[in-house]
Amino acid sequence: MRDSPHHRGSTTLLVVVALIGIGLGVGMFTFSYGKGASYLTNDPAACANCHIMEPQYSAWLTGSHRKAATCNDCHTPDGMIAKYVTKASNGFWHSTAFTSGIFHEPIQIKASNRAIAEQRCRDCHEPMVHAILANNDGSVSCLSCHQSVGHRR
Amino acid sequence: MTERPNRPRRLLLVGLAAALTTVAVLALLVNIVERKQEARAPFFQVVEITDTTEAPEVWGRNFPHQYDSYRRTVDQERTRFGGSEAMPRTPTSADPRSVVAQSRLDEDPRLRTMWAGYAFSRDFREERGHAYMLDDQTFTERQAVGQPGTCMHCHASVYLPYMRLGNGDLTRGFELMNQMPYAEARTKVTHPVACIDCHTPGTMELRVTRPGFIEGLRAYKASQGVPDYDVNRDATRQEKRAFVCGQCHVEYYFKGSEKRLTYPWSKGLKVDQIYAYYDSVAFRDWVHAETGAEVLKAQHPEFEMWNQGVHARSGVTCADCHMPYQRVGALKVTDHHIRSPLLNVSNACQTCHPVAADELKARAELIQENTYRLRDQAMDALVGLIGDLSAARTAGRPDAELSTARSLQRRAQFYLDFIEAENSMGFHAPQEAARILGEAIDYARQGQIAIRDRAFHPRLPPVPAAR
Repeated sequence: MRDSPHHRGSTTLLVVVALIGIGLGVGMFTFSYGKGASYLTNDPAACANCHIMEPQYSAWLTGSHRKAATCNDCHTPDGMIAKYVTKASNGFWHSTAFTSGIFHEPIQIKASNRAIAEQRCRDCHEPMVHAILANNDGSVSCLSCHQSVGHRR
Repeated sequence: MTERPNRPRRLLLVGLAAALTTVAVLALLVNIVERKQEARAPFFQVVEITDTTEAPEVWGRNFPHQYDSYRRTVDQERTRFGGSEAMPRTPTSADPRSVVAQSRLDEDPRLRTMWAGYAFSRDFREERGHAYMLDDQTFTERQAVGQPGTCMHCHASVYLPYMRLGNGDLTRGFELMNQMPYAEARTKVTHPVACIDCHTPGTMELRVTRPGFIEGLRAYKASQGVPDYDVNRDATRQEKRAFVCGQCHVEYYFKGSEKRLTYPWSKGLKVDQIYAYYDSVAFRDWVHAETGAEVLKAQHPEFEMWNQGVHARSGVTCADCHMPYQRVGALKVTDHHIRSPLLNVSNACQTCHPVAADELKARAELIQENTYRLRDQAMDALVGLIGDLSAARTAGRPDAELSTARSLQRRAQFYLDFIEAENSMGFHAPQEAARILGEAIDYARQGQIAIRDRAFHPRLPPVPAAR
């Protein structure tokens, strides 16, 4: 009976389940040790977890928008789904880049993320810039003049 | 029943995937731990560093990243208008160097005419990195004329040698070494510029250790209405990021028989004010061999020229562009591989200027091309004046008739050399460099008129007020 296929199958099953369990355990620990849950929040300190954003974070702390807007207010789009899709996408690419060490320094914002920030300026300041945007052919950007309001650079 | 034989294999595959995933997650975990560790402890003290620790390799044990980049100043890499090429040479017993930089005199023979009768017309090469400062000074053919120990102020790590000579009095040690012959002073020093020359042991705070700069800056601040300025007491951290470089990258002369290194700043830092200072103390470096004019050699006034530019006005210092921050893991480290920002545009420029690297480089090189063009024209004008003066002298014209032209040569030559000797080809202050070269051309041409027309009165702009 010991060598029956049935018995061998259940041993393999046991090993596989154990492996998955170990993987899950290590994964949960890493998630917690790497402050994984903080990335789901709006806390700006979370964005500086992995050290790269420290200059931007400390500049924001002393900047004019610190009382008006957090990182997510400007860098993620309106709407719960769009917000978390953006967070997931940026989170994936940022952690890939920072873990592998392969990225351009100083860090530079991507066109798609710049477009989000641009839209977020307008979401709040629309009444004030309405006249400017009425005749905008797409070449006027808030950030071309007001690049330093969020966190200097 | 037909699926049964496949089930263990599928289970094995799932197990393998789980194992691989675990390995990947563990690798990520270790990476996070390492970064957290780096962020928590930016440095480990391995050895104690005191005010008598000179050897950079000992400092390097506590600061391996900084030391690693400091050692890279041995690199020889050119930009369009600066940097050196490694030229092989056959070592001799007098000069064991097997590699030197290219000769500037061969590149532009007009320099020999400008410096006729002075040691610079014998040997003048493109500067190499900090690592070579002591060797290149020790073995230049300019040593043939007998240089004083004063040169060590900026060609060696002199903080400890000065302290030892002066029994703990830095200024006294400076004065004693100034009066030694070069060869004797050379035996007192060991290293090119080292950590101890710019950093306070223990705190690693920046400090100024060069008496020439301490005295020069005090004289300059006095001209600005700030009495009794002490750079180590009164300067901000950001100012010190320029001052530690300004300790040496400046215009200077050796004052009096005691050869005291002096920065000519008591009337201000602009070329006009420095020139007025030299006139006021009737200083000359040498008498020009072809014209008899009492002329000056400008050194390398990077600090003075940077002070006239937009970067200085915006509070951007030498270290911001020549030693930008670089990322090493979770750490932000000052790059001690001091070099042209054109060789490191991303870190040096893009931190402030969000523009493509190629475009930034093109902007800098446009400034340099324009400056070089003017420098070339100024050189032609000066060589023209020297030729005319020398011909008039050979023809037997009396000294009294040539004095105006000679004084214009002195002025034109100093203004031109101020930009020629400055290591940025105009970039540190583009408008100022163009103004100085424009005036140099004008003085040289006025000198030629003065030889032809005895009644000619040169037009010289007034010296700007100190404040």
